[in-house]
Amino acid sequence: MEILMAFLIGILFMAATYLMLSKSLLRIIIGTGLLSHGAHLLILTMGGLKRGAPPLLGEHAATYVDPLPQALILTAIVISFGVTSFFLVLAYRAYQELGTDNMDRLRGKEGHE
Amino acid sequence: MNNLIIFPILIPLITGVVLIFFAKNIMVQRWISAISALIVIIVSFMQANLVYHDGIQTMDVSNWEAPYGITLVSDMLSSLLVLTTSIIAFAALIYSFQSIGEAREKFYYYPVVHFLIVGVNGAFTTGDIFNLFVFFEVMLMSSYVLLVLGGTKIQLRESIKYILVNVISSALFVIAVAYLYSVVGTLNMAHISVRLSEAGNTGIITVLAVLFLIVFGLKGAIFPLYFWLPGSYYAPPAPVMALFGALLTKVGVYSITRTFTLFFYHDVGYTHQLLQILAILTIISGVIGALAFTDIKKIVIYNIIVAVGVILFGVSVLTPESLTGAVFYLIHDMNIKAALFLLIGIIIAITGTSDLNKISGLINRYPGLGWTFFIAGLALAGIPPLSGFAGKMMIVRAGFETENYIGAFVVLMSSLLVLYSIMRIFIGGFWGTPRAYKNEDKAPVKWLLIAPAVLTAFAVLYGLGTEAVYPVISAAAETLANPEIYIHAVLKE
Repeated sequence: MEILMAFLIGILFMAATYLMLSKSLLRIIIGTGLLSHGAHLLILTMGGLKRGAPPLLGEHAATYVDPLPQALILTAIVISFGVTSFFLVLAYRAYQELGTDNMDRLRGKEGHE
Repeated sequence: MNNLIIFPILIPLITGVVLIFFAKNIMVQRWISAISALIVIIVSFMQANLVYHDGIQTMDVSNWEAPYGITLVSDMLSSLLVLTTSIIAFAALIYSFQSIGEAREKFYYYPVVHFLIVGVNGAFTTGDIFNLFVFFEVMLMSSYVLLVLGGTKIQLRESIKYILVNVISSALFVIAVAYLYSVVGTLNMAHISVRLSEAGNTGIITVLAVLFLIVFGLKGAIFPLYFWLPGSYYAPPAPVMALFGALLTKVGVYSITRTFTLFFYHDVGYTHQLLQILAILTIISGVIGALAFTDIKKIVIYNIIVAVGVILFGVSVLTPESLTGAVFYLIHDMNIKAALFLLIGIIIAITGTSDLNKISGLINRYPGLGWTFFIAGLALAGIPPLSGFAGKMMIVRAGFETENYIGAFVVLMSSLLVLYSIMRIFIGGFWGTPRAYKNEDKAPVKWLLIAPAVLTAFAVLYGLGTEAVYPVISAAAETLANPEIYIHAVLKE
């Protein structure tokens, strides 16, 4: 199971890197989304997969899954959701204002309006 | 257990939330902001005083005992940085009243500044590695808003790059924490330190150290990860630049200092050597930038990078003296960078340009501005008896004592070139024939000068009173040099 997850995370990172290296702003944002998905799955895998019952009080299971990574993922998902939505709005505004979503044309001259 | 240490985080948070409701009433916003910032200064002073007399203060949030819950830890270094942050935030707010403009004030400028302070103070205070990530994100989210607020073309363009860099570095942070968790199975920083000393598997720990160095290096702008900084910090107005330049990179530097003295101090052969080489290269590239540009904003921005290198060189030498010097220099630099950014903000407000070739002769009409800038520039370079001197001297001496001749020499040479880069602004901008500038009469120079003048006065006092503050700073460095003190205070073993 861990091996399978390692491949999945690797593919996600690969796709994210490819998208982030492209010129279109929208593809870059999708790339950051995939990157954070990969990172979240990595936390899940690092906490150990399939180790037993859910970690509930009163369940008295002999083995139970480590709940901490799940709590971390929940926090990280909320944060990356917030950042991605902000990034999307910013991209739209920048497109309206600057008239392009091509990163090459967004370079601008140093210190110039 | 002490509840006092959460107040520098809680007060700005509540203030920020309250201010959202008064968005359109500027006077109310200004008063609440100033009063709240003043209260935070008082509270953080009390906290620093308490830590100095009674040792490290901790607070287990919701009474979940360490290492199970989130613990806030205030040692001497954290509390000093929180105090410095509050003073700079207050100065930047006072300065903003007359310079930031009504449009920004009506669109949530003040609430966002307070949220930024929440993130910075939280990052300095927390004792939990994942909580550090959360406070980083609070701080970054506010910085995105501050950077883009105003919506000019250059701001939009630079914000996109800034956000992209930081999103990637946040993902790397999560990945680094995930790896660390799989090795040690805990998130409490003191507990991580204990488990890492027990683990003994140095290969994976070295990988972790380098991963954390990349994550925090991106925020702290070390070589070669500083590429985003000159462009992004150029875009926003002066008070925002002061907040960014004084606080944001220093949070990265603080995190590197914390992790490299608390977690990765067992096998220093590879990691600290790497840190040292990068610190030296950071200084060199910063100095080259500071000398290359004739734009006053760019010159001061590149000086941020020089200072980051100097502090991290002190950290990488890892002797009690060099750490004392690094802490000394860290606090000095936060203060003086804020002052310099506010001062060049005034120059830009008067002249309407940041190009050094178009400015000259300012000292005739603005002697107060000129001399404040002169003193701030001398303090930045570390001319005795001003504030940069003591820290740099300790760093250089520790460097020579541990036979790191190249690094110590580069730090020494950098002071000379930093002095040259700043004096170039003074000579070019303040000397020479006076010119007429179109915005000249509109700029409220007297009011704007208050905040940077107070900060410069602090720099003078900090330098003259080195003897008096030395015990406080060396107490901070002692905790860094002996992680057992920190661990013992948090885990109470």
